[in-house]
Amino acid sequence: MTAPVYNFAYLDEQTKRMIRRAILKAIAIPGYQVPFASREMPMPYGWGTGGVQVTAAILGPQDVLKVIDQGSDDTTNAVSIRKFFTRTAGVRTTTATLEATVIQTRHRVPETALNENQVLVYQVPIPEPLRFLEPRETETRRMHALSEYGLMHVKLYEDIARHGHIATAYAYPVQVDSRYVMDPSPIPKFDNPKLSNCAALQLFGAGREKRIYAIPPYTRVTSLDFDDHPFEPYRHDASCELCNATESYLDEVITDDEGHRMFVCSDTDFCEQRRAAGHGPVAARPQAEAAHD
Amino acid sequence: MSGIDKENDLPLLIAEGLTKHYGRQLGCRDASFELYEGEVMAVVGESGSGKTTLLQMLSTQIEPSAGRVLYRMRDGAVQDLWTMSEPARRFLLRTDWGYVHQDPQMGLRMGVSAGGNVGERLMAVGNRHYGNIRATAADWLGRVEIPQNRIDDTPRTYSGGMRQRLQIARNLVTAPRLIFMDEPTGGLDVSVQARLLDLLRRIVSEMRIAAIVVTHDLAVARLLSNRIMVMKGGEVIEAGLTDQVLDDPHQPYTQLLVSSILPA
Repeated sequence: MTAPVYNFAYLDEQTKRMIRRAILKAIAIPGYQVPFASREMPMPYGWGTGGVQVTAAILGPQDVLKVIDQGSDDTTNAVSIRKFFTRTAGVRTTTATLEATVIQTRHRVPETALNENQVLVYQVPIPEPLRFLEPRETETRRMHALSEYGLMHVKLYEDIARHGHIATAYAYPVQVDSRYVMDPSPIPKFDNPKLSNCAALQLFGAGREKRIYAIPPYTRVTSLDFDDHPFEPYRHDASCELCNATESYLDEVITDDEGHRMFVCSDTDFCEQRRAAGHGPVAARPQAEAAHD
Repeated sequence: MSGIDKENDLPLLIAEGLTKHYGRQLGCRDASFELYEGEVMAVVGESGSGKTTLLQMLSTQIEPSAGRVLYRMRDGAVQDLWTMSEPARRFLLRTDWGYVHQDPQMGLRMGVSAGGNVGERLMAVGNRHYGNIRATAADWLGRVEIPQNRIDDTPRTYSGGMRQRLQIARNLVTAPRLIFMDEPTGGLDVSVQARLLDLLRRIVSEMRIAAIVVTHDLAVARLLSNRIMVMKGGEVIEAGLTDQVLDDPHQPYTQLLVSSILPA
């Protein structure tokens, strides 16, 4: 053969088989990091090579794919991965959360509640929640095996000792099904409650670190905390300036170099759906309001 | 030092014929002894005499080539440490035991505040109340004479003596019954050593902790221990009450050791 021929969804069938095995094992042991033979992908590490491999392994011709990056459908990472699968698999893509059957995400969980026909694929940079506390892989594996998770609380203790509250704002450690402590990937802790009892299957792929882990549908996921410093999701105290949503996770956008800023929904699809349904911006605000502090 | 409780006459720890070979090299041969609650035993000898090998075998860090270690658990059951499951052994290691390293950097988390260092064991056994953990940590810092306003500083900012005291607090916070010390005063200057020894002596007698202290410093052995074991070339050559051995050594090597102390 002279011209390069790609298999459906880029990866060859044997590789997909290997990844599916890892995924099945990960689903069978919720929160456990399953090693897999991660392949070189035609994109750099850090761009979602783990997520892309998981997506490629589970994608079928009938699937509808949505890719989000920090909640947004139209940033570089999301656009290129969507294009990648349009080209290599020819699947239909969408930006609407409810239309999609496979959603690959980076750093966010969609605001719209997911259903049982959907799979959420996370891109994970560092799968090991204990990594920065214990550098030895042999030791962290043993700690997982024996459920020795006291060290995770040392990190939270340090947060409170330094800042007066648990200052970890993203990649907030969770315990899956009262067993494995897991890094939920760098999603804001605002999204942590959405992991628990979720109707959709959640898969996590780390390409560089060669690990796959999963949360099966309707699994209890708890965020670690202290009795006297309970877990609290964080959200800016504002409403979206485009759709006036008060419940969604907000991005702070700097609008000029004079200190003006605005808060908008981080989930662009959620924001668009709301605007289409007639939710408008708040009544014109005085210009000076945002300029202080 | 306080008397030894032999009411029930049951030893806390029994070593039976502990032997370790490193390939063809002998680490330690046929060490046997019994240790009772509240008793402090010193293991002395020169470098390479097998002191540390013995300590590591006792504290389950290395597996002996022959022999066994029996330990009486809190519920009174006597268990062979090497037939226990690994989780049970590790649990024992971080609750009922303490291990003070010669180099505090080995025993401390240098990037974590003093409070976090002391609190780690509490969190490891399931304590989930920040206020209580911090209060206990503060209390322990006080007991080892570290000013409480240093609780949020990392051990990097501490002096050598303070680090060593912090390491001791970190080990004692779960009220262990047995503590292993590997040259606890090594690398400290004389006045700091004296203060640390005072502290150790006080705590050990107050909490009635049994201790095994490995040292090459006979002065440390005399100050801290009730009993002493002298090792040479991997073997125990003399054992007995500290004063008896140090004042009336029988073995030529022990006589040499005792006579090599500079007169005070």
